[in-house]
Amino acid sequence: MKTAVIQFPGSNCDADALHAARLLLDEGAEFVWHTETALPEGTELVFLPGGFSYGDHLRSGAIAARSPIMGAVKAHAEAGGYVLGVCNGFQVLTESGLLPGALSRNRDLHFMCKPVHLRVENNATDFTRAYAAGQTLEIPIAHGEGNYYADAATIAELEEKGRVVFRYADNPNGSLNDIAGIVNERGNVLGMMPHPERAVELLLGSEDGRGVFESLKAK
Amino acid sequence: MPNYQAKIYVTLKPSILDPQGRTVERALSHLNHANVGSVRIGKYIELNLSGEKADVDAQVKDIVENVLSNPIMENAHWELEEVK
Repeated sequence: MKTAVIQFPGSNCDADALHAARLLLDEGAEFVWHTETALPEGTELVFLPGGFSYGDHLRSGAIAARSPIMGAVKAHAEAGGYVLGVCNGFQVLTESGLLPGALSRNRDLHFMCKPVHLRVENNATDFTRAYAAGQTLEIPIAHGEGNYYADAATIAELEEKGRVVFRYADNPNGSLNDIAGIVNERGNVLGMMPHPERAVELLLGSEDGRGVFESLKAK
Repeated sequence: MPNYQAKIYVTLKPSILDPQGRTVERALSHLNHANVGSVRIGKYIELNLSGEKADVDAQVKDIVENVLSNPIMENAHWELEEVK
């Protein structure tokens, strides 16, 4: 699956994202700088990586969501192309309107960097078919602003339509309904705070993140 | 063209938890300010711009609503003053 990893000033999981993509999806996965206005020909997956784009100034993900490349990312998503936003990438997705809700300061203000347990709530998405329903995964988080918030109507709709894809077993940040990851209505855009790209090799502690990439690869 | 300054206030919606405000609230309570009921922390932004009043009004509204605040979790209001 041809993959483009978008780099913003302050992205810092871009190399991890590229490594995971090259290992599991596409040997030719490449970086795309945020000032570009088009994706490489034939891009199937856009990977918005973690980090602190623009130093989290104004709001996390806010400036990156309004950068030149995002027009092409939105058009890609609207055409049904896959978009995966991890951590800061998830924040960019909510700020750009590709996913509903917002990510605010962690409940206890702490930056949290540790492995957490997630439950696969919906394994019928193109990002999660390699997992069993209800499977528990161990995947690291590393964020200060991962507290998922949306109004009651949005939360109800996400729940009703199975769009909550991953849920924390032990909520680390105050997210409503323990939400760790959601998809858009069409199912081609996934945003999640935990880092599956950091959990693709046992050497690094867990390979529970592989399923996200293996699910996409099988498409 | 006249010059204006917009004074913009961005605050978290009442339904959003403000952990910073809560921390300051607890500190004030430890400092014996027993009558401080609650603290909410927001942002104050100044923009200096020039143009005709009606255009600048519409432009500031657009900037505040689409860039400087996130209406999902924040409220914003602003004042526009002519700068001589």
